[in-house]
Amino acid sequence: MRSLWRTIDRGTLRDIALVCLADAVVGASFGAITVSGGLDASVPIVMSLLVFAGGAQFAAVGVLLAGGSAVAAVAAGLVLNARLLPFGFAIADVLGERWWTRLPGAHLMTDESVAFALRQGDRPRRRAAFWICGVAVFASWNLAVVIGALAGRTVGDTGALGLDAAFPAVLLALVLPALADRGTRRGALLGAGIAAATTPFLPAGLPVLLSLAGLLPVARSVTSAATATQADPAQEVR
Amino acid sequence: MPMLAIALLAAGTYAFRLAGPLLGDRLRVPDRLRQLLSTAAVVLLVALVATAALTEGNGFAGWARPSGVLVAGILAARRAPFPVVVVAAAATTALLRWYGVP
Repeated sequence: MRSLWRTIDRGTLRDIALVCLADAVVGASFGAITVSGGLDASVPIVMSLLVFAGGAQFAAVGVLLAGGSAVAAVAAGLVLNARLLPFGFAIADVLGERWWTRLPGAHLMTDESVAFALRQGDRPRRRAAFWICGVAVFASWNLAVVIGALAGRTVGDTGALGLDAAFPAVLLALVLPALADRGTRRGALLGAGIAAATTPFLPAGLPVLLSLAGLLPVARSVTSAATATQADPAQEVR
Repeated sequence: MPMLAIALLAAGTYAFRLAGPLLGDRLRVPDRLRQLLSTAAVVLLVALVATAALTEGNGFAGWARPSGVLVAGILAARRAPFPVVVVAAAATTALLRWYGVP
């Protein structure tokens, strides 16, 4: 572990700390929103430890809080996390050859840890950045979720406090940088339109999944510009 | 949410994460699929924003909540710090409700 610290420069360590701080705020809101929405405190806490992917956790809980089924919630979470698949291929070399580094290392794979790893030049630095960022984000995210879940229990009337607006606000802030790409933006707006328009007629959870139809027109025109900006920590959609 | 659903989501997510490290030498993910997966994530998130902001059950959520989310969007676009964005959304919605906006 000591050699990891020496491998990496101070600027990167500071950036990792800032990302941890931002994630802690998101994690605390996740815990508080989930519990104040009526779910048991064990749900956000266990979910954060085992799933450890903020965007998918928010998506699954959002479907549930809207009254959707557990199946729809799991499906929404899995669609979001499918983007981790290419990440795994991009950073396979930093996880090492042995199974006891690969197995826990894979669980630490997030937008943040992958982005920090890919920004480094050589393999020792990529390795150090990935592990330091992965462990730090895991610790701060889960700790913050616990604190948020406990705080959420003490909140009385969540409607009067406007907490129901906090959930879509968090997601919007997370996803906004990715909308800079024109093709992505078109698909997203079309998908959102489909989801909102079908909500009155379909069971909760289904409209959000139907939004993926917004991908059809853009599937052909998605350009390489989208991936060029992918590995930027400012763009995290965890 | 039943623990079984959490376990399923966790198992599927871990499989996505582990596939690369295990199969990295034998397989490559085509660039087009890579882009499609990351675009799909954005499309789904934006749809979630739209339905969570605008609808409650099968109907319209009222004006207070989407107004709060709109304020959040404007602040986020101007690169306001994350906590400011979230608090402003909740405060806007709470204030509108306090004045009697549904």
